[in-house]
Amino acid sequence: MIARLRFHRAAPYVLLFGLLIVLTAIAYFATTAREATAASDVSADDVMSGEKLFAANCASCHGLDAQGQDGVAPSLVGVGAAAVDFQVGTGRMPMQASGPQAPVKPVQFTDEEISQLAAYVASLGAGPAIPTDEMVDPELGDAAVGMELFRTNCAMCHGSIGGGGALTQGKYAPSLLETEPRHIYEAMLTGPQSMPVFNEANISPEGKRDIIAYLTFQEAGSAGGAALGAIGPISEGFWAWLVGIGLIIAATVWIGARAR
Amino acid sequence: MSTVVNKAVNGTVSYVDDRTSIGGFVKFFARKLFPDHWSFMLGEVALYSFVILLLTGVFLTAFFVPSMNLIVYEGSLETMHGVIMSEAFASTVNMSFDIPGGILMRQMHHWAALLFNAAILVHMSRIFFTGAFRKPREINWLVGFTLMILALAAGFTGYSLPDDVLSGNGLRIIDGVLKSVPILGSYVSYWLFGGEFPGEVLIPRLFTAHVLLVPALILVMVALHLFLVFLHKHTQYPGGGKTDRNVVGLPLFPVYTAKAGGFFFVVFGVVALIAAVFSINPVWNYGPYDPSPVSAGTQPDWYILIVDGALRLMPGWIGNFPFEWEFFGFTLSLNILIPALILPGIFFGFLALYPWIEAWATGDKGEKHVLDRPRNVPTRTALGVAIITFYIVTVLEGSNDIIANLFHLSLNDLTYFLRVALFVAPVIAFLVTKRIAFGLQRKDRELVLHGHETGNVVRTEAGEYMEVHRPLDEQEIWLRVNYPNHKPLDIVPQYNEDGVRRKGYGWDRFKLSLSKFYYEERVEPVTPLEYLEAQHHGHGASEHEAIEADADTVSASADSHDK
Repeated sequence: MIARLRFHRAAPYVLLFGLLIVLTAIAYFATTAREATAASDVSADDVMSGEKLFAANCASCHGLDAQGQDGVAPSLVGVGAAAVDFQVGTGRMPMQASGPQAPVKPVQFTDEEISQLAAYVASLGAGPAIPTDEMVDPELGDAAVGMELFRTNCAMCHGSIGGGGALTQGKYAPSLLETEPRHIYEAMLTGPQSMPVFNEANISPEGKRDIIAYLTFQEAGSAGGAALGAIGPISEGFWAWLVGIGLIIAATVWIGARAR
Repeated sequence: MSTVVNKAVNGTVSYVDDRTSIGGFVKFFARKLFPDHWSFMLGEVALYSFVILLLTGVFLTAFFVPSMNLIVYEGSLETMHGVIMSEAFASTVNMSFDIPGGILMRQMHHWAALLFNAAILVHMSRIFFTGAFRKPREINWLVGFTLMILALAAGFTGYSLPDDVLSGNGLRIIDGVLKSVPILGSYVSYWLFGGEFPGEVLIPRLFTAHVLLVPALILVMVALHLFLVFLHKHTQYPGGGKTDRNVVGLPLFPVYTAKAGGFFFVVFGVVALIAAVFSINPVWNYGPYDPSPVSAGTQPDWYILIVDGALRLMPGWIGNFPFEWEFFGFTLSLNILIPALILPGIFFGFLALYPWIEAWATGDKGEKHVLDRPRNVPTRTALGVAIITFYIVTVLEGSNDIIANLFHLSLNDLTYFLRVALFVAPVIAFLVTKRIAFGLQRKDRELVLHGHETGNVVRTEAGEYMEVHRPLDEQEIWLRVNYPNHKPLDIVPQYNEDGVRRKGYGWDRFKLSLSKFYYEERVEPVTPLEYLEAQHHGHGASEHEAIEADADTVSASADSHDK
């Protein structure tokens, strides 16, 4: 992981092409077996179709060779299949308009096209692969451990149960209450937009699955009734005034009117 | 059957009366008159919320463990299995998930607390805008103000009891605010928390304050508040026959006992309904307290937002000017002291002293039992709206991250906007409200002088078109002309005829400028003479007698007010 990052950051500097290849190879072998498995599912045809899709839909910003453009779009060399699956699979990419942050919108490609794009980008340089179903299965996670991990690592931006929250300058941490487990995992792995990367030294794959279990647990709903957006005391206070005081003032007017 | 019951009732009553002579009191209370208006029930909402708080609170104390000892959670909530937490947090989760009815009681308690504070502010606004704080009720205003502060204290101590991450962050802010007090701060903080924050004694201490100290003070203050209401008798809205010397209304028994009793159940029902349907303070979402994490959307309950918002508004620097200074190794954190203590101090201090401030401007020493229509005291009404606007700006800033996220705004820009709005919005609100009040007063003048528009346009024999106006009835005129017409004070000059400087002139000058601020610009009520003239212009001579009768009504009502 660290080796890949150094390679990525060192790209602007002059390095021997051969050294790059060696480092890439080392990074490939250093990554876990599952990434190798995931990568091996991909055929050369997929990569070729992906390249065509990329040229037609992504290259205008990211560049024909996916090296990115300064101030427009980042390089995609080494971001891995997971980043593509997250960005394209949640509809964030292709980006509709420039703004503080790419919002979630209807997905623009079929699952097959997304996997082809992912295969192409993965072929450009080693990066995190798409997690397997087992890795993101909430049934196998421990929600209590996930609660503690989420509290320490995620809640400061995403809110206590992932209801979302504001960041600076119009950016935001989106709500996670409707997000698919695979995308949650990929986001932690690749650190999209303002989000930091949570690598495996930071949160282990089991820990990531525990977080997914904690978030999935929230789907059962709030024990106390309607959650009012799960955004804390602001919505509760608003509700107390709107519904509580509203109903009661209506009642005072009603009782007051009866006396005449 | 009924005779048997009657006999039993009579027997009991006379048994009790023979031994206590309570009959006289019962008679006194039962015959006490109260005027009727829906807005007079707002204070009751606060009282009933407090009763609900006591009832549900008794249930909660049966299961809450006020201890910061750490245990491993073994209850039924999956997301807490094996998590280390304080007994306070564990017992809160247990009463919510493992005690039948526990979550409903908790939610009723918390919703009632939000409603208690909201009802107090609504009631206080009614008192403010109708001038019910004027002599002789200044002291009762102060008692009510104290109740508002106690309600904040009750709310905050209760909010902090479950020892969750959210309320722990709130306590950390309180700790920081205390420490910003020069010299005393760190000692007070160490004294409160029993050492460095968070310590191990806070929850039991807060518990004592929350279930014993604060409720006892509230009960005493409520008793005093109601006693003074009985003593002063209730105020009444202006209208025909209502003066500062009478009370027009219905007796406490049976009308108001039935209405107030029924109203308690309405409030109880509303609280129960909301608590049964809507979740509140789900502490299991926030997790057991740990000093390191802070979640997005960390806010206090709404009634503390004024402090939170002020803290968020305060810049650490303006340009190159810092608000944190260091003297001889001691730090003075004005960036915390100003928004968290000085600003609320001024805000609440102004509210507490308001009856006296207005009395200085008015210079009227008489008792006031007839309420003001807000339009007839434009400056007070405008001040009230400005205060509410100021308060709302701080509340909005206290919610800034939620608002930014909800409406896709930039958090930074929102804060810059609200920083300006804190100073500008109340001024705009003041000016606009004052204009609206003047407009309504002019409309009242217009109505009194020219009557209601009927929409019937007639053509006279001479070919002239005119709309027929229907004159107001006695009650309508009384309401519109019979209000105190305050003018700026006349003060004794600085020097007497011998050229000697008068003592107390400076204070009088202050009161003069205050009363000019209040009353220099005003719309005068219609005088009997103006009324008479308008009638002469508007009608033919044949209606002369009717006009005189109307004019008598006006002068009579104006006279009765002067007495």
